[in-house]
Amino acid sequence: MAITKVMGIETEYGITVPGSPDSNPVLASSLLVNAFSGRGRKVRWDYEEESPLRDARGFEAPREPEVPSDDDLGLANVILTNGARYYVDHAHPEYSSPECLDPRTLVVYDKAGERILAESAVRATQLTPGGRRIQVYKNNTDGKGTSYGTHENFLVDRTTPFTRLVRDLTPFLCSRQIFAGAGSLVRDPADNSVAYQIAQRSQFFEVEVGLETTLKRPIINTRDEPHADPERYRRLHVIIGDANMNEVATFLKTGSLAILLNLIEDDAVPSDDWQLANPVQALRAIAKDPTLRATVERKDGRMVTACEIQWGYLDAAKKYLKDRDIQHWQVEVLERWEAVLTQLEDDPFKAHRTVDWVTKYQLMRQIAERDSLELTDPKLALVDLQYHDVRLDRGLYYRLAASGRVERLVAEQEIARAVADPPEDTRAFFRGRCLAKYASQIAAAGWDAIIFDTGRETLQRVPMLEPTRGTAAHTAAILDASPAAEDLIRNLQG
Amino acid sequence: MASGSGGGAEQKRRATGKQDAEQEDVQASADVTEKGEALKDELDSLLDEIDDVLEENAEEFVKQYIQKGGQ
Repeated sequence: MAITKVMGIETEYGITVPGSPDSNPVLASSLLVNAFSGRGRKVRWDYEEESPLRDARGFEAPREPEVPSDDDLGLANVILTNGARYYVDHAHPEYSSPECLDPRTLVVYDKAGERILAESAVRATQLTPGGRRIQVYKNNTDGKGTSYGTHENFLVDRTTPFTRLVRDLTPFLCSRQIFAGAGSLVRDPADNSVAYQIAQRSQFFEVEVGLETTLKRPIINTRDEPHADPERYRRLHVIIGDANMNEVATFLKTGSLAILLNLIEDDAVPSDDWQLANPVQALRAIAKDPTLRATVERKDGRMVTACEIQWGYLDAAKKYLKDRDIQHWQVEVLERWEAVLTQLEDDPFKAHRTVDWVTKYQLMRQIAERDSLELTDPKLALVDLQYHDVRLDRGLYYRLAASGRVERLVAEQEIARAVADPPEDTRAFFRGRCLAKYASQIAAAGWDAIIFDTGRETLQRVPMLEPTRGTAAHTAAILDASPAAEDLIRNLQG
Repeated sequence: MASGSGGGAEQKRRATGKQDAEQEDVQASADVTEKGEALKDELDSLLDEIDDVLEENAEEFVKQYIQKGGQ
């Protein structure tokens, strides 16, 4: 049965220290996190409920391919007053947004992550002897064979069979890159030629379904770690997707998927005949074609374009929502989804104000034309990278935004608020407010619990297994009435 | 030759109308050119601005951008 979609985005940022090619990325990442969270007591992460090796198909992975390496242990790992987690993962600083109830709020908190990384870099430079700069990029590849992730998370009804999720999501995830891709220049090692692909991540996916995230990456990831009541929920961990700079792209990619998951929960996707003959091949073929004319084969033998696959999902979503109590953001998602598909099908460049791969590609072509550059020119590789620089004054996306060339969805003041304050309509509210008010009395915190140390003999654990509870409506009054953590615990029990 | 002179007046009107239309076309294409030039100027200044913020030594900068691992 369709349930409320609680959602979040986690992003591993790329970093570089100009002039210091041998600098240690794990230490640099740690420096960033610590520089931001340096003020006041740092609250450590609670690992008790973490089980990244549990598989949605119903078993636990026998070997442990992804336990943190020794290097990662003991490194910066904090919770912020906006309810987010900010830490070091796989030699990258990672920001996991707080739980949000709609894609627009998620855009605000995703952008707040960028501002936090940018501010971290400024503070880290002030702390570093010699003033070495750490620069931060919200992208997913270094162009040299390494990829790092942007993962989306959605709360899904536990009774939805996983096989149905695989069946109905795969064609969608293979084709959504036409509006969700961030684009990148890809060098072919065979002949050193360079071509522009519409998505950064697509080239790094090798299998259809699996538990891994760092090798043999699967289109559908099976990690079964709900951070909520496992009897009621699973957390769909979507590892195939690019980090977006365009706010509309983030809104549309998470909003369309949130709607689609409701269809899947209600078994309303007529997708038996939409199945792709070879999803991995289709994913890569679509990525390689900026004209969007490439066709891929379905199981029934028909050849279809990525746009046609997306029109099918959009039509099903419209039909599904037609007789239901539709929310404002769902209306906006349907409208934007239709508008972008219409543009992309007509001429992809028409989507230059909202779709990252088009925004960046257009800029590259304008520069290439003015300076008579080949696609192999290093200047274009730099444009490809610096588009994702999170600094408002140096990032190329932000230069385009400042000149009104991309469509913004949220106001800068909202983003600034979201750097400090949690969303009000999920448990992130309780987490964030507790961090802001009682940090000195919190021993550890995680997605689904806060552990208080009020000076008693035992620590006190407050579980938060239900993501839609702990909202402002549920807890603001009790927090206001509790000057110290002790009062809070007493009031929660009373 | 009322009909003739009438025809002549009509012809004249037509000619005038045509002339007006032509003038409008000229005006419109001048507008388009002007607008096109304004757009081009705008784009040029944007690209100049981007040149100003781009990292120095593109080749070296991109070469040094190497990431270790990731999900």
